Amino acid sequence: MPDVLVLVEHDGARVHKSTYELLTAARRLGDPVAVLVGAPGTAARLRESLARYGATRVYAAESTEAGEFVGSPAVDALYLAVRTVDPVAVLVSATTDGKEVAGRLAARLDTGLLTDAVDLDSSGTVTQIVFGGAYTTRSEVTHGIPVIALRPGSFDPEEHPGDAVEHALAVPPVDPAVSARVTARRAALAGDRPALTEASVVVSGGRGVAGADGFKVVEELADALRGAVGASRAAVDAGYYPHQYQVGQTGKSVSPQLYIALGISGAIQHLAGMQTSKTIVAVNKDPEAPVFGVADYGVVGDLFSVAPQLTREVAARRGGS
Amino acid sequence: MNIVVLVKQVPDTAAERTLTGTDHTLDRENSDLVLDEINERAAEEALTLKEENDAEVTVVSMGPDSALDAIRKVLAMGADRGIHVCDDRLRGADVVTTAKVLAAAVGTVTDVDLVLAGDAATDGQASAVPAMVAELLGLPQLTHVRELALDAGRVRAERETDSGEATLGAPLPALVSVTEKINEPRYPSFKGIMAAKKKPVATVGLDDLFPDADHAAFLVTRTRVVEAVPRPARAAGTVVTDDGSAARRLFDHLLAQKLL
Repeated sequence: MPDVLVLVEHDGARVHKSTYELLTAARRLGDPVAVLVGAPGTAARLRESLARYGATRVYAAESTEAGEFVGSPAVDALYLAVRTVDPVAVLVSATTDGKEVAGRLAARLDTGLLTDAVDLDSSGTVTQIVFGGAYTTRSEVTHGIPVIALRPGSFDPEEHPGDAVEHALAVPPVDPAVSARVTARRAALAGDRPALTEASVVVSGGRGVAGADGFKVVEELADALRGAVGASRAAVDAGYYPHQYQVGQTGKSVSPQLYIALGISGAIQHLAGMQTSKTIVAVNKDPEAPVFGVADYGVVGDLFSVAPQLTREVAARRGGS
Repeated sequence: MNIVVLVKQVPDTAAERTLTGTDHTLDRENSDLVLDEINERAAEEALTLKEENDAEVTVVSMGPDSALDAIRKVLAMGADRGIHVCDDRLRGADVVTTAKVLAAAVGTVTDVDLVLAGDAATDGQASAVPAMVAELLGLPQLTHVRELALDAGRVRAERETDSGEATLGAPLPALVSVTEKINEPRYPSFKGIMAAKKKPVATVGLDDLFPDADHAAFLVTRTRVVEAVPRPARAAGTVVTDDGSAARRLFDHLLAQKLL
C-alpha cells in the first residue's frame, strides 16, 4: 500500500479530532503516516492515539522552537517527510493554520492543492462545496503529489488499531529571517468550547441579541449543547462579539450537524457561511426574516424567551442522562 | 520605503455567482465585478503606512482586462503605481500559479519592504495565497492580522484566528495579510480619481514575468474540476410561532432528529 501523509494537529497532550478524521480519510488512499511537529516528548505521548486510528508510522519533528513560529515548522516537516517517504498524497485539516501550511507545501513542491474538501474517493478525487453552497464540485490534482486540506467534520473518525513505529524527522532549525516569531499568545475567548469550524453544533447570535451582554444567552445554549459560538457580521460590526467568531462570506464557513441562528435575519453574507449545515434552526421575531427560507425548523418568537428555555431542557436532559 | 499591495477583483457577493458550463471557471461576463472588500482594507493599510513612513505604494493585481478597474480604484485611494498581470493563458489559474505569478510580479519591484494582502478573497476563500507568496519570496508571513506596526526595520502584528490571538514579530521585508477588521477603507476623492488616470500602470504577461521559463512546462493549473453541479436551494421547513411552548417543541424535534 502506498503511504499517505497526515499532518497531526494537537495541543501537546491530545490529538485533535480533525486529525482522526484525516487518518480515516487517508485509509481510502493508502497507509496513513502521521507527521507530528511539537515539543520533545510529544510523539511518545500521542503515538498510541494515532495508532488507534490507523497511523502505521509516526514521523516526529520535535524541537523546543516548534511552537515559536507560525506554520514554518509544519511546512518544513511535511516537506522533509514527502522527500523521505514519497507519499501518494498529503492530508491537512482545512483550519486557518492548516490551509496555509497546505498552500505553502504545495507551492514549495510545485504540486496541486485542493482546499476545503468535504469528501475524498480512492482515486484522490475530492468533493468541494463552493460559492457559499451554490455548487458541488469534484476536482482532482493533475500534477505532482496532491496536497489536500479536508474540512473538519466531513469524516466520521473510525478506529483502526495497529502499531505505529516512531521515526525522528531531523528538520533544520527555522530561519528567523523568513519566519514570523510568536512573541505572545492569548487563548481563544472560546475557552473550552470546540473550535468554530470543527464543532458539530454551532449556536450563532445576530443583531437581535441586542448587545454584548445578550450573547450570554447564546453562549449558555452553546455550552449546554457542547457547541461553538458564532456571530453574524451585523453582530460583529455592532461590537457584540469578536470578529474571529464571524460566520459568513468574510468570516468562517461552517458546516455543523446542527446550526442554531438566534436573532439573525439571514443576509446573503451570513447564509453563504452556514447553509451547508446539516440542520438549521432559526429563532427570530420577524416572520419575514430570510433565514426562515433556509431553516429546517423556524421559531417566530423572542430569542430571550426561547433560547433560555431550550437551554434548560437540554441541561435537564444532560443532567438526567 | 516600498510597499506592495496585492488586490483581486471578485464577483460581488451580493449578486448571484455562476460557473461556465464549459470549463467550470467563474462566469465573469454574468457577474458584477468589484474590488474585493478585504483587499480594499489591505490597500487602506498600505496608504496609512505610506503617510506615516513616506512610502511608495505599488498595487498589483492579476486578472483579465477588467482587473484594471480594481487597480485604478486603489490608485484613486492614493497608491502611486500599478502592475497589472494580464495574460489569456492565466484563465482558470489555480492557487499555486496565482501565488507564483504574484510573487514574480512583486519581484519586479525593487527593494520591497512590505507586501500587504487581504487574508482571504471572498470568491475562492482558499485563504492560502498570501502565505504562499511569502513562501515563494522567502519572506516571513504574518497572516490574519488586525493590527500592525512598523518600527526600526521590524514589523509587529496582532494575529487573530479562531484558535486564539497572538503577537507576531519579524524583520522586514515581510508579508502581512489583514482581516476585514483592521480598518475602514477611505473613499477615493474626486481629485484622487482624476489623478489616478495619470498614474503609471505597467501591464505584464507571463513572458515578462518568466522570461526564461520553458512554456511547455509552465503549468497554469495543477488541478482540474471534473464535475460542477448546482446545489438545490434549501427548502424552508417547519415554522412555528412561539406561544410559550416553542422551546419544548423545538427540543422534542431535535431529540427526534437525534441531534441531542
